[in-house]
Amino acid sequence: MSGGDAPGMRTAPTEGSATAPDLGLFTVLQDDGTAAPGVDHGMSLDLAMRAYREIKRLRLLDARMILLQRQGRVGFYGACTGQEATPIATALALAPTDWVFPALRESVMMLVRGFPLRTYIAQVFGNSGDNQKGRQQPSHMSGRAANQVSWSSCIGTQLPQAVGAAWASKLRGDKAAVIGFLGDGATSEPDFHIALNFAGVYRVPCVVICQNNHWAISVPTSRQTASATLAVKGRAYGIPSVRVDGNDVLAIYSVVSAAVARARAGGGPTFIEALTYRIGAHSTSDDPTRYRSQEEVDRWMQRDPLLRLRRYLVAQGTLDDGLDADLEKTMNAEIAAAISEVEALPPPARESIFDDVYAELPWHLREQREELLRSQPAPGHSGG
Amino acid sequence: MSTLRYRDAVRAAMIEEMERDERVFLVGEEVGHYQGAYKVSEGMLERFGPKRVIDAPITESGFTGISIGAAMVGLRPIVEYMTWNFSAVAFDQILNNAAKIRQMSGGQFSVPIVLRAPNASARQVGSQHSHAMEHFYAQVPGLKVLAPATPADAKGMLKSAIRDEDPVLFMESETLYNVKGEVPDDPELLVPMGVANVAREGKDVTIIAWSRLTHVSLEAAAALEKEGISAEVIDLRSIRPLDEEAIVKSVRKTHRAVVAYEGWPFGGVGAEISDRIQRLAFDDLDAPVLRVSTLDYPMPYNAKLEQHVIPSVPRILEAVNQVLYRS
Ligand SMILES: Cc1ncc(C[n+]2csc(CCOP(=O)(O)OP(=O)(O)O)c2C)c(N)n1
Ligand SMILES: [Mg+2]
Repeated sequence: MSGGDAPGMRTAPTEGSATAPDLGLFTVLQDDGTAAPGVDHGMSLDLAMRAYREIKRLRLLDARMILLQRQGRVGFYGACTGQEATPIATALALAPTDWVFPALRESVMMLVRGFPLRTYIAQVFGNSGDNQKGRQQPSHMSGRAANQVSWSSCIGTQLPQAVGAAWASKLRGDKAAVIGFLGDGATSEPDFHIALNFAGVYRVPCVVICQNNHWAISVPTSRQTASATLAVKGRAYGIPSVRVDGNDVLAIYSVVSAAVARARAGGGPTFIEALTYRIGAHSTSDDPTRYRSQEEVDRWMQRDPLLRLRRYLVAQGTLDDGLDADLEKTMNAEIAAAISEVEALPPPARESIFDDVYAELPWHLREQREELLRSQPAPGHSGG
Repeated sequence: MSTLRYRDAVRAAMIEEMERDERVFLVGEEVGHYQGAYKVSEGMLERFGPKRVIDAPITESGFTGISIGAAMVGLRPIVEYMTWNFSAVAFDQILNNAAKIRQMSGGQFSVPIVLRAPNASARQVGSQHSHAMEHFYAQVPGLKVLAPATPADAKGMLKSAIRDEDPVLFMESETLYNVKGEVPDDPELLVPMGVANVAREGKDVTIIAWSRLTHVSLEAAAALEKEGISAEVIDLRSIRPLDEEAIVKSVRKTHRAVVAYEGWPFGGVGAEISDRIQRLAFDDLDAPVLRVSTLDYPMPYNAKLEQHVIPSVPRILEAVNQVLYRS
């Protein structure tokens, strides 16, 4: 493969060997579709089925959004394909009062936590259906009602903020835990180290989850760090750290649930490295064939989190081909209906650009607003 | 009324607001056990305990980011930098996060945060510790920038800043910390943002200044009086929002204006004010607007050179003479 060592397998011991949690790899779902015996992962079959539906819906949604971008109907999109298990199992492990500070590929957690699909899709179109009023790039969703803020385009800056929100939770004596996400590439940013350091010193109820998808655009993880694993970096900050199979819904659910429970009980932060792979392009502006081999992608397709969970659910007798096909049909119809409804919405009112710059409209913006309202609206934009 | 030094006035504002609202806390380097790098937070750790007066690791981007996160979920942080110069390493958090989160989230999230520190020159602290950072930050929509010159304004405006729903950057000055003044005791007496103060009335020329340069301008005005020239000194106090009306009103009366401030001459707040005067009071002007700024060099360390580079009484007098066409 180009530019790096075998994915995630530098000097780290292989799966199953008795070793430190930040050097090993915690896995529950076996290749034959069974759960590792003797592991209490705590995920009921109902919840595992719920995770399956959510992963499936996201996979279909991402595919549709990328298609829309190719057709020029939306400007940009960053898909989660291949990495869905981590955000979705994490979302299912949280209470509604917990907070999420995502990176590029975890916006979906809002959907899992009850945010409406139409409003979510409206954010991609940035039109009047969008609760962010057409101001943010796609894949930067946020929903106050779901306790989720938006990603910052500048890599890593959400992490100190996540630690700060956790700190607020601790100061106020709330029981809320805060989850902050990052990618493998973001571990090279100062803000990652800052966040882990503050989290350790202040012992805040924060769980920092790194989705190690092996690539930061075209740069492999081996070019970001010489550490044996990413999880081991938490050691330096005195934070319990775990490396987990990021394509294994049961394993992630179990590790995140334990970390969140410990955070709520005053036990402080946890750092989790979830080992996964970005099946698609970095974003709609990227062509991954220029830097990685199809063979590598194919190898990871064998470890597709959807496929692995499906095998498990089939073995448990909860899912079969007929049910799966029905699910897919219903979801595709749901997504198509939402898109056609949302795409037809008009753009946000042009005078709305002056709102939310400050809590109150200052006089100079009020003047600009009045001036704008006196002018002729552009074609397709109704006068305010 | 009490007579307070500027630093005591800043502290009084923080203490009153922390007593009034338990969501308010102070975080920064040396603010706790050391009592503040400039003793601004003296006694506050003893009074409020380590949960509300927090010594931070040396990471400006870190405790700025952490405070932004805390503000987004409902706390009201006051962040102290040892000086505004060090906010440079937190610039991304301020520019790309604090200033824009309300706008980018469609109004769902706000960042009610106060960032405060001494600003601009401080007698021989060299080029990396002498920046007038208001020029960088005042450009950014979403931020508010205050630079009071007196103890009363320091107290009243910091209280307004702490109660404000948006990020407010509060610029103090090491050279002002010992300045004494009468300060109202009433904890509900706030000084609003965006309202300039006529620090001295006059009719022949307007000198517009803020922070330390208000005092330098008042000195210049006293010297001018001896020569029979009546100078009006406008202390802006608040840079963004800017009290355009007060500036224009004064210039309409005097027909001549000099802007005196620390910071480089290229662009910046002084240029912004000149632009507004020429646009809004063009017909009232009897001379071009002149600016007395820090010279266009990185600040030298040597005391004599430093005095040459920062705006001074003689340079203000020279500019006033020029706009009055006196030689
Ligand atoms: C401060 C900053 N530098 C560079 C970029 C450009 N950039 C966007 S995504 C990315 C790679 C991120 O990789 P990783 O953290 O592994 O996340 P992934 O995209 O793999 O999920 C880079 C370099 C940026 N957005 N912000
Ligand atoms: Mg990556």
